[in-house]
Amino acid sequence: MTGWDVLAQQLAGAAQLGVIYALIAVGFTLYFGVLNVIQFSHGDIVTVGAFAALTVAAATGFVPLVVVAAMALTGLVGVVFERAAVRPTRASPPLITLLATLAAGMAIREAIRLFYPLGSQVHRFPALFPPTPIHLGGVLLRASGLWIAGIGLGTIVATAVLVERTSLGRAIRATAQDREAAQMMGVDLSLVLDATFFIASALAAVAGILYGAYYNTVTFDMGIVAGVIGFSAAVVGGLGNVYGAVVGGFLFALLETLSAAFLPAGSENADVFAFVIVILFLVLRPTGILGEKATQRV
Amino acid sequence: MSVRRILGVVIVGMVLAAVSTSGRMVPGMAEAAAAKPTVKIAFIGPLTGSNASLGLGGENSFKLALMQRNEDPQTKYRYEGVYLDDQCQPQAGVQAALKAGSDPDVIAAVAHYCSVVAIATVDTYHRLGLPAMVWGAVLPAVTYGNTYVEITRVNGTQIQQNATAARFDANTIHRKTFACLYDTTDYGRGHFQYFSEFAKKNGLQIVYSAGVAPDRQDFSAELARIKELHPQVVWFGGLSAEGARIRNQMAQIGLTALFQGTSGIKSEEYIKAAGPNAEGTLAFLEGAPIEQLPGGAAFLAAYRKAGFTNPPEAYGPFAYVAANLVVRAIEAVGPDRAKVADYLKHKIKNVPSIIGPVTFDDHGQNVLATVTPYVVQDGTWVPWGQSEYARGKRTLP
Repeated sequence: MTGWDVLAQQLAGAAQLGVIYALIAVGFTLYFGVLNVIQFSHGDIVTVGAFAALTVAAATGFVPLVVVAAMALTGLVGVVFERAAVRPTRASPPLITLLATLAAGMAIREAIRLFYPLGSQVHRFPALFPPTPIHLGGVLLRASGLWIAGIGLGTIVATAVLVERTSLGRAIRATAQDREAAQMMGVDLSLVLDATFFIASALAAVAGILYGAYYNTVTFDMGIVAGVIGFSAAVVGGLGNVYGAVVGGFLFALLETLSAAFLPAGSENADVFAFVIVILFLVLRPTGILGEKATQRV
Repeated sequence: MSVRRILGVVIVGMVLAAVSTSGRMVPGMAEAAAAKPTVKIAFIGPLTGSNASLGLGGENSFKLALMQRNEDPQTKYRYEGVYLDDQCQPQAGVQAALKAGSDPDVIAAVAHYCSVVAIATVDTYHRLGLPAMVWGAVLPAVTYGNTYVEITRVNGTQIQQNATAARFDANTIHRKTFACLYDTTDYGRGHFQYFSEFAKKNGLQIVYSAGVAPDRQDFSAELARIKELHPQVVWFGGLSAEGARIRNQMAQIGLTALFQGTSGIKSEEYIKAAGPNAEGTLAFLEGAPIEQLPGGAAFLAAYRKAGFTNPPEAYGPFAYVAANLVVRAIEAVGPDRAKVADYLKHKIKNVPSIIGPVTFDDHGQNVLATVTPYVVQDGTWVPWGQSEYARGKRTLP
């Protein structure tokens, strides 16, 4: 392996991670854009998605069905979550909503641990995509890696189309810009809230599935780290901006991977380096790379 | 009545019903309880978090020991377990130790799988005068870093494990070059420190080493570097969840070196999570294989019969033995913390158990003579001596 091969191998890893982080970050951005809340248990929704896929995959090996069923189930969990933890606290200060989501996330995590069979153990995630090796020079890619990147990117594009080009997307964007005005124009706020949580949670399910496919394992507490990283990616990209979240996701993965590979003692401190960048962004450019425009959100 | 009020009444009713049933006793139990005074023993381990599987295995084994002692009409006391979660986190561990120690009915504790927690709590046990027997943590300093009468340890240490591991690598499987990854807790660092010491003594060469945060998910950066260096073995000092992730990611990038861990990955959980990639993985555990020891098979049978859903895992037998030793001390000197501590520290010499005879040295450390190498063969941990790898029927990567 030459130096370039090592770099290419690193980039291949970072690309797959980036797409997963981006999917999670888009969820954070949707919540923030529409509701002005930080849904701190979004990581646990990712876990729900992974375990939903695990359950469906045990019954059928038909991958599209696994993905769609997991998305639908997780989307519904998201809607229930919103009605139970977010909607009742909407009139309260944002801090209360934040705490409510944090607590609900803990409840989800522990529920998976307690009620999923052998929930406290690491579960092996089924190989949904073929691991066929593809050699490019000294770099080893797997077909599964291409699937991960492809499905992730496809989902992100579909989300962008949904938000930009459909009437539901228009309602979501209108609510994000000015809730009262949107309501006066006949936007059903309740429907928009439900839809936002459904979409963000379904995206989290895709992230959970890709996460499982990438690491081959899932655990009930995998959402903690995934959530923090997704949130950081959303902040770096510009909270409230879908494209910013995507950029943030890839940037975060790149930082993590390259610092682990090439900085001295980088391996021990990969997360430290990555989060230092987040702090720098918060201090120097609090609106993130693409910045949330005051007039246009989501 | 509004729906909400009806719901409220139903919930209160359910809670009351649950409370009343949990307090109810079977007639026989009530008599036995009346006849014998009750003594509490605490069990502390990681019951939640990513090491929960190991913690639950220990908890179940501890429970089994108390159940068996309570069925014995000869015992002077009825033993009740107090179960506390240390989450494999020092802070939670100290809280659990404080809780156990400040309950005067708790006479002793069987405590900790995680080294980071055990090393953080030893002072607490000493301050509160609560005898604590460690059942899983392997950091040497837990026993050798103090002279507290309260602290004993039934399992071995990293020193014993790594001495055997390095000798085994050099003389039995003849490997020379190693790439080492370890988690950056005291546990992982300790393992790496002792492994590199013994590696040097045995003429092994460490070509790469890196510490990784214990909650790290992605190791592809490190593994790509390692792949470039072509070591014969990827050595890992850490626990099952990370171990399985590393093994899986090795396969993903086509890194075909032998994967060797410590006792931290010797679990059913590792095999389950690594799936077919687990084949040929090495790990080391103190004591002889449990199936071969007197009472070992009976323990496994009783464990199965008790209907626990979680396997005992590698350190369940140690928790079982610790519970039995604590009961033995209480039976001998009565439910008095100071006397029990003294008995455990000084009177346990050559006591037969399912992990082999237990003898505590001056530091309360069990002097286990043997460390057994294990290899994964067809989805189970097989003692090296009995494996097809040792007999030459299969070859390690």
